Amino acid sequence: MNNVLQIAWLLPILPLLGFIINGLGRNILSKAISGLVGCLVVFASFLLSVFIFIEVKNGNSQVVHYFDFLNVDLLKIAFAFKFDPLSSLFLLIITGVGFLIHVYSTSYMHGEPDKDFAKYFAYLNLFIFSMLLLVMGANYVVMFIGWEGVGLCSYLLIGYWFRINDYTNAANKAFIMNRIGDLGFLIAVFWLIAKTGTVEFDQVFSAATIAKLSATDITGITLLLFVGATGKSAQIPLYTWLPDAMAGPTPVSALIHAATMVTAGIYMIARSNILYTMAPVTQGVVAMVGLATAVLAATIALKQNDIKKVLAYSTVSQLGYMFLALGVGAYTGAVFHVMTHAFFKALLFLGAGSVIHAMGGEQDMRNMGGLKKYMRTTHLTFLLGCLAIAGIPPFSGFFSKDEILAAAYVHNPVLWVIGVITAVMTAFYMFRLYGMTFLGKFRGSHEQEHHLHESPAAITFPLIILAILAVVGGWIGVPKIFVHGGHRLEAFLEPVFRESNAITTKHEITHATEYMLMGVSVAGALIALIYAWRRYGKYQQIETSPKGITKILENKWYVDEIYNSTIVQPLRSLSGFFNNIIERKGIDGLVNGTGKLVNYGSRQLRWLQSGQVGAYVLLMVLGILILFIIQLFL
Amino acid sequence: MGSYITFPELLIWLPLLAGIICFFAKKEHAAKSIAILFSLILLGISATSLFYTDAKYINWNAVNYFYPNNIGNTFYVALDGTGRLLTFLTALAFPIILLATSKNSYKNPSSFYGLMLLSQAGLMGVFCSMDALLFYFFWELALIPVYFLCSRWGGEKRIQATFKFFVYTFGGSLLMLIGIIYVYLHTPERFFEDGTHAAHSFALNYFYRAQLSAGDQNWLFWLFFAAFAVKMPVFPFHTWQPDTYDQSPTSVTMVLSGVMVKMGLFGVIRWLIPLFPLAAERYSHLVITLAIIGIIYASCIALVQDNLKKLVAYSSIAHIGLMCASLFAMNQISFQGVMLQMFNHGINIIGLWIVIDLIEKKTGVKNISQLSGIAHKAPVLTIMLVIMALANIALPLTNAFPGEFLMFTGLYMFNPWYGAIAAVGIILAAVYTLKMIQRVFYGDSNAITDQVTDISFFQKLVLGIIVCLIFLIGVYPQPVIDLTKDAAVALIGRTK
Repeated sequence: MNNVLQIAWLLPILPLLGFIINGLGRNILSKAISGLVGCLVVFASFLLSVFIFIEVKNGNSQVVHYFDFLNVDLLKIAFAFKFDPLSSLFLLIITGVGFLIHVYSTSYMHGEPDKDFAKYFAYLNLFIFSMLLLVMGANYVVMFIGWEGVGLCSYLLIGYWFRINDYTNAANKAFIMNRIGDLGFLIAVFWLIAKTGTVEFDQVFSAATIAKLSATDITGITLLLFVGATGKSAQIPLYTWLPDAMAGPTPVSALIHAATMVTAGIYMIARSNILYTMAPVTQGVVAMVGLATAVLAATIALKQNDIKKVLAYSTVSQLGYMFLALGVGAYTGAVFHVMTHAFFKALLFLGAGSVIHAMGGEQDMRNMGGLKKYMRTTHLTFLLGCLAIAGIPPFSGFFSKDEILAAAYVHNPVLWVIGVITAVMTAFYMFRLYGMTFLGKFRGSHEQEHHLHESPAAITFPLIILAILAVVGGWIGVPKIFVHGGHRLEAFLEPVFRESNAITTKHEITHATEYMLMGVSVAGALIALIYAWRRYGKYQQIETSPKGITKILENKWYVDEIYNSTIVQPLRSLSGFFNNIIERKGIDGLVNGTGKLVNYGSRQLRWLQSGQVGAYVLLMVLGILILFIIQLFL
Repeated sequence: MGSYITFPELLIWLPLLAGIICFFAKKEHAAKSIAILFSLILLGISATSLFYTDAKYINWNAVNYFYPNNIGNTFYVALDGTGRLLTFLTALAFPIILLATSKNSYKNPSSFYGLMLLSQAGLMGVFCSMDALLFYFFWELALIPVYFLCSRWGGEKRIQATFKFFVYTFGGSLLMLIGIIYVYLHTPERFFEDGTHAAHSFALNYFYRAQLSAGDQNWLFWLFFAAFAVKMPVFPFHTWQPDTYDQSPTSVTMVLSGVMVKMGLFGVIRWLIPLFPLAAERYSHLVITLAIIGIIYASCIALVQDNLKKLVAYSSIAHIGLMCASLFAMNQISFQGVMLQMFNHGINIIGLWIVIDLIEKKTGVKNISQLSGIAHKAPVLTIMLVIMALANIALPLTNAFPGEFLMFTGLYMFNPWYGAIAAVGIILAAVYTLKMIQRVFYGDSNAITDQVTDISFFQKLVLGIIVCLIFLIGVYPQPVIDLTKDAAVALIGRTK
């Protein structure tokens, strides 16, 4: 093992070191130093990831074992990392996009006091550390360590401005909804251990281990793991925390709630692909939930006025797309979309952050408009991001989305139709956002207009890099009908999905059908794009109270309210009942009643309160003596 | 060393001696110094004992004194895996508790510290005794000082709380005593090295050989279980606990929740399950059901608690419920999980109490609704609390995760439904813990918390030790797990 994998343990240790330095030194470090430390450690991790990627690309995939985390009876859980095409690709995305967002943050968070600035970078580094553990873990337990770790960082960063109650509410909501998902994940792990005695990926996915599992076991385990994924990756029914999570600083939304953490569920299922392929029922559920989430979130995004909320619902919707891909067995497509989405959604969030920064914290698009001429770089990069997410060729989103839609069509044309409708809605709300923000006349206050400016280089530099990636990122997955052997990503990931591909029967579609499918979705997206551009390019604020479907959409289908009245309130009532009735009146009442019966005895016990310590000691000695006497005479 | 004195003897006699010396100390300062000094020496001894686990050191770890004309009871003390871990927890807990509360002043300090150390001696005895009568003696020796400590140094409603505590635990103890005598009368004849013999014996290994029918086991099980269930406590024997925790002086609450609740779990491990394996198996479903009801029930009540101390008390009831359920799952994974978690729970809850005590001293209130925005005023205190709270909800890389993971796994292997339902507790724990953090620490400070200052260097140090332990065991739990392997294997052997 004479290669870079030998020092791969440095990969998570570096950001951890950054966390420790910034965490402990937050009171003495200047902004320049804490920012530098925060960025450097992630950049070093990125370089290391590049070397690891090259190593893996040369065919050297392996598991590196460090120590036994738990070793009880027959259960052995190792602290080990797995380096293979799937994890090495995610490492690049996490550290690469992560580094750009760290750089961006040095400028975006510059207004914070020194110690909060250091705290922010400490949390961000801790997040990278956890995310790397999640991706590199060679078994479900190490993955779970990272899985809950990223949840913690998300909680800490959403509640970064902890003095504002709404923000900490959002942080709690995120953590708790993730915990509900985590429960599913955990039970799946217990199930696996009970049936197979192991959680190591290499063993679990081996034919010998799978043979120990019945069809019910596989379906149950995969469904429970999927419950975990719905929490982390914000799918129905656990998606409502993600829009609220926009309370955190915008770079955090870009990094955690768009590019990396929320794709953990997709990573986990792609990692477990063989189990999913063997559980058609689960696959059906995954596809349906993914598609339903994609549509639901897209409808809500149509009517949001907060720039970050639109992007948040768009993220939920795109994640739904990825689950659709997983559900129809297009694992490569899902991973592909994770990658392109990381580029364009991070770009869009960072662009939105640049706008919010320039607007002095304003997030309502109704008060924006016409920013095109004030912020040229932000505008241009943002436009590229919008084109990418709308699925316009040859931008990256087109290729990944096309692959998913084609796979959906093969599976069932109905899935494809709904998928295309969602894609059309995506193009519409993105260009509604674009139009309201960058086109038309400025609708904000005079003061804001005076303040408008292009952001500094630390902000525009990451935007430019991400814009380039959002444009060209899709070219590693060009469909076969355009270029033979063009889908380099598929070839790269082939070892990970080999077994799954071997047992699924492939239905090829004709080239004519494929062109037709592509044409329909691109045409739909273009029409929506142009319509939104024209309509919202000259948007004027009209004061009307929303009615009908608009009102329902603006209120997000009232899902939060429904959860509140069906789960939160009943739980609170039940707890109150336990506390006031059963505990105080029931059990304690019984005990106190018994106490009254022995009232006489209690009066005798008053000597306990004599206050003479000598007497107490005397009594204890007496007691001991009595024991000895019993022993002598019995 | 082994030929002169053994580890268990040192662990018992030293705090006893120190306690007696404390009683005669004239000044508060002297009593406090003696208590702290001796508890630190004891910690050193206990820590040393962790390195002498090998079978060849048997003479260092076990001793059996008998005296002429006895009734089959001897002074038989020894350290096995579980005992070693719990004596270490006891030895570790006391200096932390004494140091953390060293700023508090008590009236009549010499007896306060004296009683504390007597209680420690009793606890050490409980964890080392291999003789039933000796076990009972130490059980009471550990409890009686606590009655005095609560009733004399406690809060406003201390009399009421102590009375409830006393009735519960004393009732349980008496039932156990009846059980002990009954089993004793069914043990075989015992011959001693000096040629004498006794009709019966209290020794643990003789108790194991007692002639008990399945019918006998069934009711004896409940006699012993009563004492242990009250001590843990398991639903519905728990209502003494929140009041006692709330009303006792904080240092006593720390002893009670950090170490003393482990007496109940320990009793199940060393006495209840091995003595009555048939009954334990027969009633395992009933006990687990009670324990799981306790988890959900106590977690729900914690959701609506306004009193910080009671919140921690109910949270502890939920955690102990999980440990109790896992014990009765009776497989090696669940046993070792419980043993690891007993240690972790002790450390974590003491840390929580230290923080709550600091908050109460700084603000004068312990109600969540009156507090707000402490994070802004006391960031270091907040960081410490948040880490302990995260350990309380078993976040990975804190010590509670490996413990709870093993317990849930073991419980799941016993019965999937028990494992799955008990695991709902991790969601509820997150809800009440995060809510507490949010209300008390986040937001803007109010009139009560405006004057709060951050903790001193000394307090940082004490809390820092706990935090380090949390992470150390959280990242690398295996050495602690290995310590309990022999005990778990032996226990499995008894149940088969």
